[in-house]
Amino acid sequence: MINRNNIMETIGMVEKHKFDIRTITMGISLFDCSHENGEIARQKIYDKITKKAEKLVRTVEDVEREYGIPIINKRISVTPISLIAGASLDINYVEFARILDKAAETVGVDFLGGFSALVQKGFTKGDEILINSIPEALASTKKVCASVNVATSRAGINMEAVRLMGEIIKNTAYLTRDKDSLGCAKLVVFANSVDDNPFMAGAYHGIGEYETSLSVGVSGPGVVKAALEDIKGEPFDVVSETIKKTAFKITRAGEVLVREVSRRLNVPFNIMDLSLAPTPEIGDSVARILEEMGLERCGTHGTTAALALLNDAVKKGGIMASSHVGGLSGAFIPVSEDEGMMEAVRTGAITLDKLEAMTCVCSVGLDMVAVPGKTTASTISAIIADECAIGVINHKTTAVRIVPVYGKDVGEEAFFGGLLGRAPIMAVNKFSSEAFINRGGRIPAPVHSYKN
Amino acid sequence: MKAVLTIIGEDKVGIIARVSGVLAECTVNILDINQTVMREYFTMIMLVDLKKMEISIEELQQKFSIVENEMQLSIRVQREDIFKRMHEI
Repeated sequence: MINRNNIMETIGMVEKHKFDIRTITMGISLFDCSHENGEIARQKIYDKITKKAEKLVRTVEDVEREYGIPIINKRISVTPISLIAGASLDINYVEFARILDKAAETVGVDFLGGFSALVQKGFTKGDEILINSIPEALASTKKVCASVNVATSRAGINMEAVRLMGEIIKNTAYLTRDKDSLGCAKLVVFANSVDDNPFMAGAYHGIGEYETSLSVGVSGPGVVKAALEDIKGEPFDVVSETIKKTAFKITRAGEVLVREVSRRLNVPFNIMDLSLAPTPEIGDSVARILEEMGLERCGTHGTTAALALLNDAVKKGGIMASSHVGGLSGAFIPVSEDEGMMEAVRTGAITLDKLEAMTCVCSVGLDMVAVPGKTTASTISAIIADECAIGVINHKTTAVRIVPVYGKDVGEEAFFGGLLGRAPIMAVNKFSSEAFINRGGRIPAPVHSYKN
Repeated sequence: MKAVLTIIGEDKVGIIARVSGVLAECTVNILDINQTVMREYFTMIMLVDLKKMEISIEELQQKFSIVENEMQLSIRVQREDIFKRMHEI
C-alpha cells in the first residue's frame, strides 16, 4: 500500500532540506600489522586497508543510489597508530601517515582517521613519537586525520600532554601556513574520546572493537529546522517532541542504509552516531535551528538552554530508532562548518567564551574555531585544559579543534574549503596562562560523588 | 524486492503509458498506483515489484533518465523499505 504523505515527506527531506547521511565509516583493526621493522609494518598496513576496504566506496554508492538518500563521505578509521607503530624501532612516524594517506587514496575514501595516541595518564615511547610527528604528518598528507586523548573522567587531565598539544597545534599551523593553517582542521584534542566515533577528525578504531566494522554518522540539521518552522510559537514540550520525531526518522534512514552495506560487504554493523552535523551550505546549519527556537542570533542569552534541549531531544529520538547508538551522538557546533555560526561570529553575537559554555551541553566541544595566528601555544593549551575540565567533571566527551591561522588576525577570515568551510577569526583572552601551563604534571581525577 | 517510483512534472499526455511501458519491458509488476494533478503538476507514486526484473536498479534508473529528459519529468526509483522504516515504529 502506498502512503503518499510519508513518501513525499522523505523526498522533501532530501530535495528541500538537504537530508543526507554524512558518513559511513569502516573501522579496521591494525593490531596484526605491528612489526619491529617499520617498513614491513607499513606494507602490512597498506595491504590490510586496501584489501578490507576494497569494495567500500563502490558498495556505499550502490546503496545510496538504490535508496535515493545521499551518503556524503566514505571514511576509514584505524587502530590508534601509536599502538601499532610503537612496536617498530622507528623514531619518527611521518611515513606511517604517508602510507595511510596512500591507502586512503587507493580505496577512494574521503578521510582516514586514527593517526592517534591515548595519553590521558602518561606517554609511552610510541605516543611521544606519534605526537611529535603530527605537524609534519598533517602537512604532508591530504586525507589523514589525527587525534590525541589527553584526559578522561577516570584518569584526570594529563597537563604535560595539554602543554605539548599547544605547541603541536602551533607547529601544524606553521607548516600549513600557505593554506590558512589547514593542518589544524585535521587534528583534535580530546577528553573522554570514544572508540567508535565515525566522524572526523576524531575517528579511530578503539581497542575493544571488531576486526572490521561499519558505523554511520547521520546528519540533517536542515530537516530539524524545517520541522520547527511548522510549530512557530508553540511551547518547548512541542519543540522537544518535534525534534525527537525528526531524529527518529533520520536515524532510521541511516540504519537501513548501513545495514544494507554491512550485509553486502559481510562486515558487522557497529553503531549509529546521531550527531546533527552542519555544513557551510545555507539550510544545513545547527545555529539556525537554535535561532528558529526564538533567538535573534545564535550566541545570545538563551543559546545554551536551546542547545541543551536540541541535543537531548536528538538523542531521545535517535535511541528509540536504533538499538546501537554510539559515537558522539548530539549536535555539533563547529564554527567554520556552519553558515549560521559564521554569521553569529561576524555579527559579534557569539564569542569564544559563549562557545565554551555551549560545549557543556552539546557534543563535542570547541570545533573548527579560528583564532589569531599570534595566539601563544600556552593560551591554546589553556583553552584545551578548560575544555578537558568540562568533559572530565561532567562525564562527557569534549574536544578542541582550533586553528591559529598563521599571519591572520581578528577581523580577517580563514578559508578551508569544502565541508570545512571558512571561519572569521575570533579573539582570545589577552591575559597570559603561561605560568599555569608550565606547571605540567596531572590534574587528578575528580570525585564523582557529592554532585552539586 | 519492492520499490517506489515517484514521478513529478508538468502534466501532459502519455506519462503513465511511457512509464508503464518501461516497467513492462523490464518485467516489473505494478502493485499500486496513486496519482494526482495539483496546479498543473502531475505527481504519481507507484509501488512496484522487482522480483522478476533481470536488470539492476541502476540500469532501471538509467532507462528512466531517458524518459526524464524526453518528457521533462523527475523520476525517482527507491527501495520501498526505507519509507516503512522511517515512518513506522
